Amino acid sequence: MVTTLESVDVVTVGVGWTGGIIAAECAKEGLKVVGLERGRERGTEDFSMVHDEYRYAVRYELMQDLSKETITFRNNRKQRALPMRQLGSFLLGEGLGGAGTHWNGQTWRFLPYDFEIKTMTDKKYGANKLSADYTIQDWGITYDELEPYFDRFEKTVGISGEDKNPFWGKRSSDFPTPPMKKTAMLQRFENATSNLGYTPFMMPSANLSEAYENPDGQKINACQYCGFCERFGCEYGAKTSPEITVVPAAKETGNYEVRFNANVVEVIKEGDKVTGVRYYDTVTFEEFIQPANAVVLTSYVMNNAKLLMVSDIGQQYDPETGQGTLGKNYAYQILPGASGFFDEQMNTFMGAGALGMTIDDFNGDAFDHGDLDFIHGASISSTQTGSRPILSNPTPPGTPSWGADFKRASIENFTRIQGVGGQGASMPHKENFLTLDGTYKDIYGVPLLQLNYNFTDQDRALHSYITEKAEAIVKEMGAKTVAAGGGLTDYDIVPYQTTHNTGGTIMGADPDTSVVNNFLQHWDAENLFVIGAGNFAHNGGYNPTGTVGALAYRCAEGVIRYSREGGSLA
Amino acid sequence: MYIQNNQLFNREVHKMAGKDKNFSRRDFLKTSGIATGALIGGGIIGGLIGANTNKQDATTTAPGTSGETSGSTGAVRGLTFFKTTAEFEAISQATERIFPEDDLGPGAIGLGVPYFIDGQLAGSYGENSKEYMQGPFFVGEPTQGYQSRLKRNEIFRQGIQLMEQEAQSRFEAKFVDLEGEQMDEILTAFQENEIKMRGVESQFFFRLLRQATLEGAYADPIYGGNVNMDGWRMKGFPGHQLAYIKDIESEDFVEIDPKSVGMNHK
Ligand SMILES: Cc1cc2nc3c(=O)[nH]c(=O)nc-3n(C[C@H](O)[C@H](O)[C@H](O)COP(=O)(O)OP(=O)(O)OC[C@H]3O[C@@H](n4cnc5c(N)ncnc54)[C@H](O)[C@@H]3O)c2cc1C
Ligand code: SF4
Repeated sequence: MVTTLESVDVVTVGVGWTGGIIAAECAKEGLKVVGLERGRERGTEDFSMVHDEYRYAVRYELMQDLSKETITFRNNRKQRALPMRQLGSFLLGEGLGGAGTHWNGQTWRFLPYDFEIKTMTDKKYGANKLSADYTIQDWGITYDELEPYFDRFEKTVGISGEDKNPFWGKRSSDFPTPPMKKTAMLQRFENATSNLGYTPFMMPSANLSEAYENPDGQKINACQYCGFCERFGCEYGAKTSPEITVVPAAKETGNYEVRFNANVVEVIKEGDKVTGVRYYDTVTFEEFIQPANAVVLTSYVMNNAKLLMVSDIGQQYDPETGQGTLGKNYAYQILPGASGFFDEQMNTFMGAGALGMTIDDFNGDAFDHGDLDFIHGASISSTQTGSRPILSNPTPPGTPSWGADFKRASIENFTRIQGVGGQGASMPHKENFLTLDGTYKDIYGVPLLQLNYNFTDQDRALHSYITEKAEAIVKEMGAKTVAAGGGLTDYDIVPYQTTHNTGGTIMGADPDTSVVNNFLQHWDAENLFVIGAGNFAHNGGYNPTGTVGALAYRCAEGVIRYSREGGSLA
Repeated sequence: MYIQNNQLFNREVHKMAGKDKNFSRRDFLKTSGIATGALIGGGIIGGLIGANTNKQDATTTAPGTSGETSGSTGAVRGLTFFKTTAEFEAISQATERIFPEDDLGPGAIGLGVPYFIDGQLAGSYGENSKEYMQGPFFVGEPTQGYQSRLKRNEIFRQGIQLMEQEAQSRFEAKFVDLEGEQMDEILTAFQENEIKMRGVESQFFFRLLRQATLEGAYADPIYGGNVNMDGWRMKGFPGHQLAYIKDIESEDFVEIDPKSVGMNHK
């Protein structure tokens, strides 16, 4: 039996950054908002015993319970897709705050180049720079159009940074808080990259350098550099996350309710509109329909795509014909880099999730690609995020992986290693896409999402180019031994890489080539909005959430406008 | 973010060196087991001594039955997953080969790793309670990861059985009675996927065992391993500290006495 509840103005599926931002903005405008979150309530008070690497970083305490739902994966269509049975390559969020609770806080604006990549590449390098298999396209919005929303998100978060990067887009205002502390390790990177003629700057950080009150009146504390940040919640309320900012801001209006243990399984569509969502109470397994005037999918890249697919909204992408847009342009990231082994010990165990310095000299189109067989690039950084002993066992090349020599080398080098790593852009390819799996189901009986993904020649060329740059920087840093990462082989879903999945519900200017318009409003249902890195038409050389946050503010404006005026916003 | 050090994870096969001067199990008993016995409590030391040097004692010192308390906390150490001393001793020796005692400090046994693993296998780790375990099951590509229908604790149990079988067929002895190099030969065979396991590949078992050994050596002592925080001490890791804001800009390496997350809550 399904119980139909009282209708609300706006329902969001999931309460992470995107769901929280929609809630705060819409509730402040007087709209009644319900957030349906499959996970549990949690907050700063739950993190007083969080400095436990095994529980949080190794056993994934705060992340998605795969026994209930996962995805399936194969490298190509010749393989049989099989379930991702344990977490690895990326760590999906679950519970209040979503992945925003346990993120690092490295907060970037994608480059002006990213939003108009197709136009700019064609103009500068000709239309055949990449083969037609690479389905790059413009995003249907420019950096300048998005700038006010970047500004808004950064002020909500209180980003700590410095406007010293010559390669990023123009900012309408400086960072809300000054950069984090520049440690000895960061200075070493700064000196080396300066010597090589590059322009290092402090990474923009959501671990705040000082206490801050945001425009909503929410207070964020100063980071204590505790070293348990990435994969952990912050016990100080110093890592800006949805549950300490936008969620309480929404609640204070009296117009917002978060319903926990509510797993959405379908978006209900009638004609050219949606009427609400169907969900299970995960405790009792009762089924409910939550009607709403507007439905906003904020359930991360994977489930945003899956919910559209199982609800039969939009046309599924078919790699055979190139037809359809839903599931198209899934992209990821590559991680070229090099490590340096030093004689002297460093305080590697201290740090914060977004404590680092970066150069953008090889990101975007900052360098000429005329003689190169790839486009785009990578941000190159050295970070001090807090090394922990279970997952950090660095050994120089040639060391066995267990036994006496391994023990000695991994202990010796735990405090003697510093890495330089790139986050390389990822161009969409016609064979990299999302669809529904035909075999495996979640515990609600809904098909799993199927990921078809492998690295491409573009990835390999970019990877080796950036690896060389990173290696040269580590040498300049004076490392005793320099170990460059090996070449890219096949994408492997086992080792952790990044939770920077993108695409599948891409935005654009044309319903034939995108799923949502540039207010993230669905082309086929005007009261349905879809937000997340799934909107990215390709993945850039940075972490995604700064751009996701900007898009969420833009979308919130769209939802509010739609609620008043109706119709397509495109 | 990403963990850069993963790239450094050396996948090279551990070379069997005949002249490898790894200490043998007997040396362990002489040099570390008894000397650090106070840290270890009832189970393993009793069991090891029983099995190796003093057969008459074996039945009276089986792990989990001695009820001996360790340290000042009054905690009792025993087995919650393994059912026989033999299984427990075999896994103990295997972890010690992976993470041996040396001049830097204790090895896996001295750190309580076998107890850590025993406890984990009895709980949600061993039962795969957060993993997707619905069928159908197929052998996949290595890039597709864990595809076994077996739970981790079933894989360990089978793996230990096969370690014993290999010890018998190769050396006509129990695994625990082998010399260190002989144990290494068997572990390397698992690592190189040369041992036929049912429902899972032996390299996967080895990877689990290696990883669990490191987890036991370095997890907070609240999980029963990393005894006396000696894993952290060796590595220069201070465990749970409230804040580093005062030291973060230091030019020099800062040595800090480690603390457990459990110390907050006494
Ligand atoms: C370890 C780690 C480090 C990271 N570091 C950074 C970083 O430094 N910089 C950066 O930019 N990004 C980083 N990220 C990525 C960042 O966390 C995400 O981009 C961001 O949090 C995504 O926000 P979201 O709202 O789109 O999704 P999420 O935060 O994933 O929220 C989605 C929510 O929806 C819920 N949900 C899903 N399906 C359903 C359903 N069917 N029904 C009901 N609820 C559902 C989930 O439980 C979840 O709470 C990191 C991620 C991880 C895991
Ligand atoms: S490093 Fe800073 S922001 Fe991160 S968890 Fe620790 S105190 Fe919080």
